[in-house]
Amino acid sequence: MSKLRMATVWLDGCSGCHMSFLDLDERLLLIAEKVDLVYSPLVDVKEFPLDVDLTLVEGAVSSEDDLHKIRMVRERTKTLVSLGDCAVTSNVPGMRNPFPLQAIYDRAYKENVTLDPQIPGEMVPPLLAKSRPVHEFVTVDVFIPGCPPSADTIFYALSELLEGRMPELSAKTRFGA
Amino acid sequence: MAKAANIKTLKIDGRDVSARQNETILEVARENGIFIPTLCTLKGLSNVGACRLCLVEVKGTARLQPACVTRVEEAMEVTTNSERLQGYRRAILELLFTERNHVCAVCVSNGHCELQSLAQKLEITHVHFAYRYPEAEVDASHERFIVDHNRCILCTRCVRVCEEIEGAHTWDVMGRGIDAKVITDLNEPWGSSQTCTGCGKCVHVCPTGALSEKGKSVAEMLKRRQFLPYLTQMREEDRS
Amino acid sequence: MSPEELDQIAETERQAQLGFKHRVNVCVAAGCVSCQSEGVKQAIEKDVARRGMGADCEVKGVGCMGLCAQGPLVSTSAGVLYQKVAIEDAPAVVESLLAGPDPRLLCKTDVPFFQAQKKIVLENCGVIDPERIEDYIAAGGYTALMRALGELTAAQVIEEVTKSGLRGRGGAGYPTGLKWSTVSKAVGERKYVICNADEGDPGAFMDRSVLESDPHRVLEGMLIAAYAVGASEGYIYVRAEYPLAIKRLRIAIRHAERFGLLGNYISASRLSFHVDLRLGAGAFVCGEETALISSIEGKRGSPRPRPPYPAQEGLFGEPTLINNVETFANIAPIIRNGGEWYAQIGTEKSKGTKVFALAGSVTNTGLVEVPMGVTLRQIVYEMGGGPPEGRQFKAVQTGGPSGGCIPADFLDMPVDYENLAKVGSIMGSGGMIVMDETSCMVDVAKFFMDFCASESCGKCVPCRVGTYHMHRILDAITERTATAQDLAQLQELCDLLKNTSLCGLGQSAPNPVLSTLRYFESEYQAHIEQHVCPAGVCGKLEEALHG
Repeated sequence: MSKLRMATVWLDGCSGCHMSFLDLDERLLLIAEKVDLVYSPLVDVKEFPLDVDLTLVEGAVSSEDDLHKIRMVRERTKTLVSLGDCAVTSNVPGMRNPFPLQAIYDRAYKENVTLDPQIPGEMVPPLLAKSRPVHEFVTVDVFIPGCPPSADTIFYALSELLEGRMPELSAKTRFGA
Repeated sequence: MAKAANIKTLKIDGRDVSARQNETILEVARENGIFIPTLCTLKGLSNVGACRLCLVEVKGTARLQPACVTRVEEAMEVTTNSERLQGYRRAILELLFTERNHVCAVCVSNGHCELQSLAQKLEITHVHFAYRYPEAEVDASHERFIVDHNRCILCTRCVRVCEEIEGAHTWDVMGRGIDAKVITDLNEPWGSSQTCTGCGKCVHVCPTGALSEKGKSVAEMLKRRQFLPYLTQMREEDRS
Repeated sequence: MSPEELDQIAETERQAQLGFKHRVNVCVAAGCVSCQSEGVKQAIEKDVARRGMGADCEVKGVGCMGLCAQGPLVSTSAGVLYQKVAIEDAPAVVESLLAGPDPRLLCKTDVPFFQAQKKIVLENCGVIDPERIEDYIAAGGYTALMRALGELTAAQVIEEVTKSGLRGRGGAGYPTGLKWSTVSKAVGERKYVICNADEGDPGAFMDRSVLESDPHRVLEGMLIAAYAVGASEGYIYVRAEYPLAIKRLRIAIRHAERFGLLGNYISASRLSFHVDLRLGAGAFVCGEETALISSIEGKRGSPRPRPPYPAQEGLFGEPTLINNVETFANIAPIIRNGGEWYAQIGTEKSKGTKVFALAGSVTNTGLVEVPMGVTLRQIVYEMGGGPPEGRQFKAVQTGGPSGGCIPADFLDMPVDYENLAKVGSIMGSGGMIVMDETSCMVDVAKFFMDFCASESCGKCVPCRVGTYHMHRILDAITERTATAQDLAQLQELCDLLKNTSLCGLGQSAPNPVLSTLRYFESEYQAHIEQHVCPAGVCGKLEEALHG
């Protein structure tokens, strides 16, 4: 039996969801029996490959780079999973949303900087006006809320998905869990 | 009048139940362990029928009826949990999540919040309406309490407990539509309110993290509601 | 005040009026006042005095004559109507009393706009001086009250109203007789009668016109209602944006009190009734009866769930009758002429007449009163003259923000409560806004949704947050950035608000969207799929800004 092609993507998030994924510990071996991890911040592949079966997305869509990435990921993925509150609700990255973009830039790059404060131009991808959840830009198939979702939740969700079933996630997790 | 006339029998979700004639559908459902979601209603306070989560189907009535204010009637047939109702309830809860900035992960009430737990109970894993991300104030001018409008769902429990139980009427609502918000006195900082007695009842009836005690960090704000039934009971005994 | 005394006053007033050879009536309702009709009246008075005709000619300020678009309007005892009368025209008007009609100012009255009307509610409008009770009495005013007090029992009054088939003119069309009967049976320490004059629909001004032109008619209707249901106190809840109506109501109340028509033991009967004004602060939702009651009680004007209905627990917890201005204005003629007379007018289920405020893309903007059952075509084309400048009729919006847009296919439909509901609109208070090909129906829906969103009281979640999202989506459609998913969400919200909102405002807020989607879906599709606005309305502003 050929293994499922799985990927994980990290947008605007704290990497906590990826940490929680790693907390699967020895259960990672069980997962690894069934999937090939073809792309992830945890592996050294530069290009998001074609024909991915399952992609977990951590983080909200906050910059033009995030938007570009998620659109490409969506195109190349069969089942897209929003993993964690940032991807599902925009969560903490979204806390900047009530403020105008310029105020965010000023706060980050000028007010808190003593040496040569300046707003970066080419090196940093421009922010979108608002940081928004993934499903506001592309279709998402499965939502796993939680900040972060526990390793048990992730394991349950993956196990179900790998068996071709839709996980019943509200029994396991919630916003802010 | 014969005493028997004061008892009504009706059907809720196909179950035969009996009720005192002045009871609401919600009260009878709760007595019988039938769950109907609510956010604005709280035993001991007046009912306003504002959150619309407790809407139920009553046979022979075209419109959905709010269980919290609809009195039972003889031979009434109530459906509390049809697919249609579930859909409406989820949509209403989702609307609440989009309205302000409910960032559960960093909320003082994380894990002890009625909005959050109801969303889980109604199997909401995401919100399909676009979030608003409004600019909302946090007023920490009171020496012991904080109001964080980012978390407020305008259930007006604070307004009612302050007026009906404490008798201070410090809280009220101002503004219309999406701009409506709860205020202290005439929209003055809570800390300089002349009417607030500092009793803290509002904090403890608040279903979310909108009202909290100072010094509480994420997930630390536990609400104590035990006082409310006692107070109401004492008053009722006083009256009789 | 006895019936005999009333007759005496009427007779004296009629004699006094017969003493004048000539009469000039100048409209002093808000529409004409806004184009200086008071100045015109003064100029005419001055000219009459200059000619020494003061003893022969009465110059009278009267209420609305209906054709507001052509104001200021002036009518004379020679039976002619003058339009767009300027202050400089005063000598010509006075001259015409002696020399015959001045063709330059003449407004044709042998046209359907005037001829097709049937005036019951507006019978005194444009005829009597709204600031003089004697003029109302001379026109037969307060005889219905006398008849009710002297000849009918309360039950018989209700029977007449029931027989008339009159339905509430405020919007929902609830049978008035049934409402009165319910309040009369309710038990309370005291009962109240409330007149809802919080007319708030954009483009509607029937109630304002009645209050400005014939305030006593409303008081008489309330008095008869008070007698019928056993009420002792009344409130008129009128919006503060109607200063002229407020002023005239205050005068009317004062006069009625002085004449013993308001107060204790009216006409030596058991009826004691006092009326007070309450001014609304401009909240649309206060037209909803429970919000209105809350506002009169001095609380925030927000609705509460019904039941209990105001008929059982209303103002200050007591049984309360609430009717709209136009409903009360129909009462005196019904009692005067009998319920059966009224029931002969109109259609099977919608009796009597209805006043409509014609506005928008229509040649004759103004007020018309027609029997129920006339067709939209008669109102819009024959009476209203259709859209001006040869423009193409597209739809007529009835019922304000709670109503819907009716397309040309239904122009031949008889207008009554049932038919309007069938095509997805409502009678509402009687606003009719005509739209032509230069209107974008999505833009129209957005306008009404903007109205509902900003007028939502914020109490219940579906209305407070739902109207916000609906407006946001409609905005995106007019910006031509919306997707098919957005449209699906818009429809989902329509269903949600309709079925779960607390009061009529939220329940009916989707109507303009639903009706435009029903009849003009292609316009929505054009915005979403082809990113164009067929009417060329959306995006015009940006083009203007960015060249």
